[in-house]
Amino acid sequence: MSPEPALLKEQGANEMLFFFQNLINALQWGSFYALIALGYSMVYSILMLFNFAHGDIFMVGAYIGFGVSSGLIALAAWGGVAAPNWLILMLTIIFSMFLTSFVGMAVERIAYRPLRAAPRASAAITGLMIGMIMETGNLALLGARRVSFPALIEAVTYNMGGVFVTNKKIMIVLVSFLLMIALHQFVGRTRWGMAMRAMAFDYVVVPLMGVPLNTMAAMTFAIGSSLAAAAGILFGIAYPVLDPYMGILIGWKAFVAAILGGRGSVMGAALAGFLMGFIEIFVAMIFPSTLRDLIAYSIILLILVFRPHGFFGEPYSARLRL
Amino acid sequence: MEVITRNSSISMSLLRSKALESLSRIPLIGWLFGALIAVALEHILGISLALALGMPKIPVLFGFVIMLKKLVLIPSAMLYMLLIYILPIGAVARLSAPLANRLAAKLLRFPLWFSVAIHLGLLYAALHMWSGISDYRILMLKLTLIAIILTLSLNVINGYMGEFSCSHPGFMALGAYTASVFTVVLFVDDRLFGPALLPPILGLFIFPIALIVGGMVASLGALAVAIPSFRTRGDYLAIVSLAFMFIVKSAIENLEIVGGPRGLSSQPDWANLPTVFLWTIACIWIINNFVNSTLGKALNAVRDNEMAADAMTVNTRRTKIVAFLFAAFWAGVAGGLFAHVLRYVNPGTFGIQKLAEVLAMVYFGGLNSVYGSIVGAVGFNLMSEALRPLQIFKWILIPFLLILVMIFRPTGLIAFREFNVKNLLKPKLKPEEEV
Repeated sequence: MSPEPALLKEQGANEMLFFFQNLINALQWGSFYALIALGYSMVYSILMLFNFAHGDIFMVGAYIGFGVSSGLIALAAWGGVAAPNWLILMLTIIFSMFLTSFVGMAVERIAYRPLRAAPRASAAITGLMIGMIMETGNLALLGARRVSFPALIEAVTYNMGGVFVTNKKIMIVLVSFLLMIALHQFVGRTRWGMAMRAMAFDYVVVPLMGVPLNTMAAMTFAIGSSLAAAAGILFGIAYPVLDPYMGILIGWKAFVAAILGGRGSVMGAALAGFLMGFIEIFVAMIFPSTLRDLIAYSIILLILVFRPHGFFGEPYSARLRL
Repeated sequence: MEVITRNSSISMSLLRSKALESLSRIPLIGWLFGALIAVALEHILGISLALALGMPKIPVLFGFVIMLKKLVLIPSAMLYMLLIYILPIGAVARLSAPLANRLAAKLLRFPLWFSVAIHLGLLYAALHMWSGISDYRILMLKLTLIAIILTLSLNVINGYMGEFSCSHPGFMALGAYTASVFTVVLFVDDRLFGPALLPPILGLFIFPIALIVGGMVASLGALAVAIPSFRTRGDYLAIVSLAFMFIVKSAIENLEIVGGPRGLSSQPDWANLPTVFLWTIACIWIINNFVNSTLGKALNAVRDNEMAADAMTVNTRRTKIVAFLFAAFWAGVAGGLFAHVLRYVNPGTFGIQKLAEVLAMVYFGGLNSVYGSIVGAVGFNLMSEALRPLQIFKWILIPFLLILVMIFRPTGLIAFREFNVKNLLKPKLKPEEEV
């Protein structure tokens, strides 16, 4: 579960190569965090509350990805079609994102919509609880054994001037960048995206102008969840062992990244996700890896003491209710 | 009695309202008498009744556990419950009501502490006899009492001050480790810290000091959360406190001197039931006084509108820092007690899981209310013990129930209720009987 130990440390390679090697690891972990943090941040910008079940949606997304890819492989074998692996992977990502978006909408419907008028902390509790239901439900359904994600890509390692890069890492970073650009375009160019931005600007008045709050909330949850599902599949490709509690740690870290990026700032969340990955990897590179959490969170605490509103967030204002 | 035989719906409802009214005339001390008699009855008759009803032993938790374990035993468990608890408590309380009312009125003429002490003595006697049946009951009772301390102290921050603090497991860990190191260094021959420095006879006097030192260290740690809270509220404070929790956990994991991730064990066995009970009572008393003081009212002012509170001469910084230090102190005490009850702590205990549990107890019971915290802690612990036979499905059912509570009562079951001791203890007379 933890980021890969630095491969080259023992070999005594020079510092620069070591740095680049870790840079690539950091990019990979950063893209997981960024994809998940985007979901937190988008929900925040619309509803002004954090979806604490998001880490578990990531977990469910990974499991759905596992189910879909296994199903597609079985289907291809049964039909006698020699489907190439990249096609199966693409279909898996698309189908799983689609299916997981319904999970997100269900979470919104059950845990958040009945509590629109309630204090935000109550919604936080329902979010935590529905996350717990998802973890335990998964454990009850599939049992305590860990499932391993089918290997859709055979690992090829490229040696780029002494830095070893696997094709998986390249693909993970590329796919997450693609998704982020797609989200950026969606938010910036479409009518729905415009409605989202308007809602983020003022979620009290904009619904009075005819933008349906419930639809917007459901859509935001759907998009956030599908991004989390993509992150789950990419995670499954990089670290093929899935377990029901995998979402907790990553989810909370991505949540911290979302806050760090600035509450409700979508691109801030993506950047802070990458920053989170960098902090973690480079702390583990310099210090003993058991100190990773300690130092990483201390850095975050320091950042928040000096920039209490994150990097791109707005200062404290009256429209925040807690 | 002939009313029942006629069995008309009107007389039934009349009877019910009459019964309810007669029950509402019973003062607290009457209920305590009833409980005392019931647990005494369980001591004398419990085992033979349980065997006669086909149960292997006395049902440990009001029969809930055995009901879920063996569905066949549901009727006998319910019968046991009825015969041992409900009927004796109800009958004794009802019959002793006139006497109890007179007694309660008499007691109120003395200083309040005297009446409180008598009530607490009765309550403790009942709890002691109830838990005397099995070790499991003692352990569960101690953990529930500790949960009450923990829930109350979190309620000070999350309920009364309206922040969303996630750092409570961290404070608890600080208290638990400090108190453990304190007692283990001084009184135990341990391979980590060497031979005992003081004879164990001093333990009874030192143990409260150990807990208080643990609480103070937790308070010191709370400064790390309290100072950022001057500049920020809400989500950022939640993150600061969450980061604090992770930092504490990770720091303890890296401290080899206290056992690192393996944890610290062999604490002396001093957290017996009277000790835990006394600390819980002290906590309830002090926190209740705190939230009713001027400073406690200032917490509510800060929650409702910080700027307005500032304009009304509330020193918001002082209020925040005092609230954090105070709550962290009690969380640290709870941690110290927790460590000495289980006689083993490891840093993994004080993680996200613990956080979710404490938050659930606070929000289940009710914000801004001492009653609510007690009800939340006891209810949650009872529920999670009673549903244990469901195994994994317990953690589907309990979150589901909590979601329902949140949907229908967003601030918890008993929120915004004042805890008035005098009201609680006074005789429950008919209006015309009151002077």
